[in-house]
Amino acid sequence: MTELDLKLVGHNAVRLDGLEKITATAKYADDIDLGPGMLYAAILGSPYAHATIKSINTSDAEQVPGVHAVLSGQDCPGTCGLYLKDSQLFARDRVRYVGQQVAAVVASSQGIADKAISLVKVEYEPLPVLQDPLEALKPDAVLIHPDLGDYEVVPWLYPQPGTNIAHLRKIRKGDVEKAFEEADYILEDWYHIPHVVHAPIETHVSAALYTFDGRLTMWNSTQSPHTQRNILANVLNLKHKDVRIITPYVGGGFGGKAGVNMEVIAAACAMKVPGHPVKIRYSRKDEFQNTSQRQELKAYVKMGVKNDGTIVALKHQLFWDVGASAEYGSNVVNATGFSATGPYRIPNVWIDSYAIYTNRPPCGAYRGFGYSEFHFGIESHIDRIAKALNMDPVEFRKKNAIQEGDTVAYGVEMGPTGILKCIDEVAKAIEWGKESKSDDVNRVRGKGFALVWKAPAMPANESSAAFIKFNEDASINILVSGMELGQGFMTAMGKIAAEELGLPLEKVRVELPDTDRNPYEWQTVASHVTWSCGNAVRRAAIDARNQIINVVSIAHHIEEADLYLEDGTVKCHAKPDFALPLEEFVINGIQMSDGTFRGGPVLGRGSFMPEFTSAKVDPETGMGGHPNVHYTTGAGAVEIEIDKETGRVRVLRMAEAFDAGKAINPDLVKGQIEGGFVQGLGTALWEEVIFDEEGRIRNPNFTDYKIPTSLDAPREMHSIIVEVPQLDGPFGARGVGEHTMIPVMPAVANAIENALGIRIKSPPMTAEKIVQALKEETGKSL
Amino acid sequence: MKKEITLKLNGYETTVAVEPHEKLLDVLRDKLGVKSPKYGCGRGECGACSVLLNGKSVRTCIMYAVEADGQEIVTVEGLEKDGLTPLQESFLAHNSFQCGFCAPGIIISATELLTSNPHPGEEEIREAIAGNLCRCTGYGSVVDAIVDVTRSE
Repeated sequence: MTELDLKLVGHNAVRLDGLEKITATAKYADDIDLGPGMLYAAILGSPYAHATIKSINTSDAEQVPGVHAVLSGQDCPGTCGLYLKDSQLFARDRVRYVGQQVAAVVASSQGIADKAISLVKVEYEPLPVLQDPLEALKPDAVLIHPDLGDYEVVPWLYPQPGTNIAHLRKIRKGDVEKAFEEADYILEDWYHIPHVVHAPIETHVSAALYTFDGRLTMWNSTQSPHTQRNILANVLNLKHKDVRIITPYVGGGFGGKAGVNMEVIAAACAMKVPGHPVKIRYSRKDEFQNTSQRQELKAYVKMGVKNDGTIVALKHQLFWDVGASAEYGSNVVNATGFSATGPYRIPNVWIDSYAIYTNRPPCGAYRGFGYSEFHFGIESHIDRIAKALNMDPVEFRKKNAIQEGDTVAYGVEMGPTGILKCIDEVAKAIEWGKESKSDDVNRVRGKGFALVWKAPAMPANESSAAFIKFNEDASINILVSGMELGQGFMTAMGKIAAEELGLPLEKVRVELPDTDRNPYEWQTVASHVTWSCGNAVRRAAIDARNQIINVVSIAHHIEEADLYLEDGTVKCHAKPDFALPLEEFVINGIQMSDGTFRGGPVLGRGSFMPEFTSAKVDPETGMGGHPNVHYTTGAGAVEIEIDKETGRVRVLRMAEAFDAGKAINPDLVKGQIEGGFVQGLGTALWEEVIFDEEGRIRNPNFTDYKIPTSLDAPREMHSIIVEVPQLDGPFGARGVGEHTMIPVMPAVANAIENALGIRIKSPPMTAEKIVQALKEETGKSL
Repeated sequence: MKKEITLKLNGYETTVAVEPHEKLLDVLRDKLGVKSPKYGCGRGECGACSVLLNGKSVRTCIMYAVEADGQEIVTVEGLEKDGLTPLQESFLAHNSFQCGFCAPGIIISATELLTSNPHPGEEEIREAIAGNLCRCTGYGSVVDAIVDVTRSE
């Protein structure tokens, strides 16, 4: 199929979930009615960030009329975790962050549950609280997980028992020290990126029903139905076939609904009250405190260059605060460890990426998977070095940008990339080099640029699967377990199948996951489902097409090679008049002259797993494996205006370009770019979780933690798609969902520097910080 | 101490017994089966629970159900009773929403705006939906769809 032949892929269309969503028909987990037998849960959170639990007394709570069950750590053995099993369902021996679940009550009303939970008595003995990853690294620091050596862990993570280090990923490429000696200019500095939250508008919701036949059914707002099934079956000692995860639409994920979170508590509660569904809907405060946050990062960057602008060496040490659990966040640390060069060709690289436990809430996947955080330091550094060398920062980037065939930090060749085209397109859209002035003398303008790369962070054997069911009228239902999070997954899968099967999009439905019915998908994370599940769907469509062509070939005595599908019919190259509508036979078969039938229901099957990846690397150097499937690259820029009196920053214009390989849904890719940009803008200018000295969150609501509104978004947004095909992607596609927020923080920091000459090394770059920095500058010059 | 309240809900008179502390959002969703208003914050900050009360948008997560006694409530289910509104058609054509969770609230706010001001400028539109938080879209596709409706009418 050539580019010109594509009828759906690469063309805009109304999204498949559009009508459900604009009519408010779309069901989210909290919209599922579970009947009058439903019970309510209340959860007791720890008031301490770090303490041992001396005793838990639930007897008063159990006496309250209407209470069906009280649960605490004693009732729930086992540990949970995606990569490192360091997480307990309820805290057993100690609590490690404020809000950590200690007990739960299940009762006939929320009021009764709330009253009973207040009667659970817990005796704590406070321990020292660690909130700074660098403090937690000190040899005399209190151990947050004294049993770290006993936890189950995947073989490619390296916890260090007797310390607070949950994982350390090292890269040693070339000879960094020698390269620094030979460099003409070296810049070293620290950058600090605080915790932020995902803030999906829908909070976490989980409903669970355990029945007397031994089955557990759940309705969860999640990105990971099969991963949840796997973890829950293991920790609750159930068979996988008896755990059913149904996932209605998700009201925003951004990584926060990846893996398992509070669902395990809903499941544990339900198993105590067979026959009664139990629903837990998190409050907004719970969502801040008890789901997962983005890691805090303290990064040391040392970069050496030649006078001609060639980067020769990078030492990058990343000290990640992963909070009280590294069950998922350890892989953020791992993935960024491999990629913390940014999209640059650097011959000598030293990277240490530390996952460090603290007494803050557990951290995990967040759109960008750590790349937003480390790009802030790298891209700030790149601008500062360009300035020191008296080079244009865009030219400096172009000179060093990684190209196909270059060697990445872990020794593997870089794949196809349109990064140079992305740079040129963004520079053009933002009018790089053209000075822009405000009419208001109190306001100054500036432009800032940043590059991006990101690979999906996945186990080497992640996989996707798909079924395509034909119906009597030749419409199809596609069964997959990738999750429509809003990114356009359904529309992409529908187009890929319809393109291969010669069907109009109106004949296609893509079903939301139900682990009883839909085939396996690892998780909808890592911006990988368009690529991975798209490959599975394409294979399923080709499988169905082969079945169709085979039966028509047999029944009509036509060579298979002469048959093809178009406009819902089977056609023949050799006989232009031949056109057999699919609805005549895709269920009921084709009747032969003797009255018998050939064929039967057409059911396509496809699965996909990359077979070239390996996590087996030398722990001391990071070399020897192939941890990533590919990188998506791109560029972003902003033009900002700053009010010098108030310090307020407004983004007047933004431009971002990404190499999507092939945009299956071009308009929805642009939606990802705009949405990712504005989410990134929140983290650049306003968003920061603020903790008090005891480790309590001081701003767990949208009044005190501001996310961008319609008034904050730039009025001029240039969303640019570049297409250098990914040869193993469906129609050449690779993912772009997460990448779109990565350039924003550094581009804004670089624009502030461009406008005012001040360098801010820690977002959010609030008005207050800018005014403060201006005062310090003025103080210096006086 | 339940109190019976009567609402005109999406065109029909409806009676329901409520506790004095019950929020209008919970009564609509759990007792009356109207699911378009969503819980997002419980503090009136995000706008996902918005409905039209006597034609004005209100945050049902911070309003007691008893306060709505005798009044008229319209939700998205009521707006579309006779088919999609031009605003919904425009949101559909523009692929305005992604996860869709904020969509009902934004439809309510935009409907309220266009009822009182059929030809608002872009800044008025942005102001009108500024109380509806959306984490997915960056708002451009939402604003574009509303602008389009004002042009076609």
